[in-house]
Amino acid sequence: MIKWFQFIGEVTLFGIRAIGRSFSPPFELQTIWNQIEEAGSRSLSLVAASGFALGVVMTLHTRSTLVMFGAGAMIPRVQSLAFFVEIGPLVAGLLVAGRVGAGIGAILANMRATEQIDAIEAISIDSFNILVVPRIIACVAALPLLTVFMDFAGLLGGFCSEFAFSHLSLRLYVTRAFTDLQWSNFIPPMLKTTAFGFIIGTVSSFFGYTTNEGAAGVGRAATNSVVVSSLLIILADVILVKCIFLIFPESAI
Amino acid sequence: MTNEGEPIIVLDHISKSFASKPVLQDVSLTVAAGEALCILGRSGTGKSVTLKLMIALLLPDRGLIRIAGENITKLDGEQLSHVRRKIGFLFQSAALFDSVTVYDNLALPLHRLTAKSKKEIDESVDFVLNEVGLISDKNKMPVELSGGMKKRAGLARALVLEPEILLVDEPSSGLDRITASEIDDLLLEQKTKRKTTMVIVTHDARGARRIGDRFAVLDQGCLLALGRADELDYHGNAIVQKLFEES
Repeated sequence: MIKWFQFIGEVTLFGIRAIGRSFSPPFELQTIWNQIEEAGSRSLSLVAASGFALGVVMTLHTRSTLVMFGAGAMIPRVQSLAFFVEIGPLVAGLLVAGRVGAGIGAILANMRATEQIDAIEAISIDSFNILVVPRIIACVAALPLLTVFMDFAGLLGGFCSEFAFSHLSLRLYVTRAFTDLQWSNFIPPMLKTTAFGFIIGTVSSFFGYTTNEGAAGVGRAATNSVVVSSLLIILADVILVKCIFLIFPESAI
Repeated sequence: MTNEGEPIIVLDHISKSFASKPVLQDVSLTVAAGEALCILGRSGTGKSVTLKLMIALLLPDRGLIRIAGENITKLDGEQLSHVRRKIGFLFQSAALFDSVTVYDNLALPLHRLTAKSKKEIDESVDFVLNEVGLISDKNKMPVELSGGMKKRAGLARALVLEPEILLVDEPSSGLDRITASEIDDLLLEQKTKRKTTMVIVTHDARGARRIGDRFAVLDQGCLLALGRADELDYHGNAIVQKLFEES
């Protein structure tokens, strides 16, 4: 238990250090852009495909029940609310934790094991600034964008599934999906993924950057990055949802 | 710039432990500007740790380390960066940045730490790569290089900022005798042409004798002997004799 609190403390200090460095020059804009490309565009197909599949499956599960109660017309709305409010942000966060978090943990741990981080320090370059800060910023920036793709891929999957059953037109599906949907159902949940991105970037960088176990530490850093990031994302989600309800009471369905 | 013959590296009663296991115990030594000091010793006796202490990649538990007159144990940030600019470090594994080409490995420090234009950076990189015989391989990725080529590329990166001090960790490890000798030739050339101060950690007594002006022998974290080759040849300690004669 003490180790767990010690870990939380160390990661928190690591994150605070990263936040401080994010706002102080030199700004590694090119490196940040490269990392956004790595974290964002290379995760796009995974996120879009997963969103589409989840959209199809969710419609398959909810359709029969809603039709039984004569609420078949509600399917698009249920789908859009579920994706925009919870499924999109949470699943995008977990997918990115798996793909990007493992990558960050493994790359930085490998750099530590092969003395590349020492080499950066030895040539008078701040390794934290060029390795850690850009990765955290990239995760924070990329995750909301990926969440938008996840949301719309989910709606597209839902439409395809619904179209197969009822030949509902796209126009009517979209109209029903967005009826009564408020900005507060879309913007705050999307913005909460910046916190997920910060968790993924910080935790993964922490495990990779601070390892001192040589080659054996690479695999461990990758695994720990995914497990701890995912767990913290789920815990943070609970807190953030409560915060969103407090700040935007109208978003509570 | 430290004048030739003046102390440029001073280790004063240095001790270092890892998880309560002592690695270095009360080690003191001085390296003069332009001198080549070779540190010999068995594996795990604190040779590489000594080298990393000299560039503040590790900090000592006790004692102080002066590089060109600066006590680096008390420095951080910009001041430490300023001292490190005077030092080139060749890592045992070469530690090339594996996601970029050989050219980019060398251009990175020039790009970040100097005001040189792209053309000047290209010229500097080409000059150093030419010196180590890798000019035709500058666009290769580190993974495409052999062990000897990696060492040469690592050496080129260590030299590209024209450091006053060159720290070299096991230049011959993992290399055949001929390739190791070629790396020694490059170090020797560096010493004679540019009068670079060198500290070389090695197991290879033959290579050490070629390059070194003085020799330090470490065992179990303690400095067993420090002196010129003729002094160590007749040293009374059996470990010193064995390490220094092996070739």
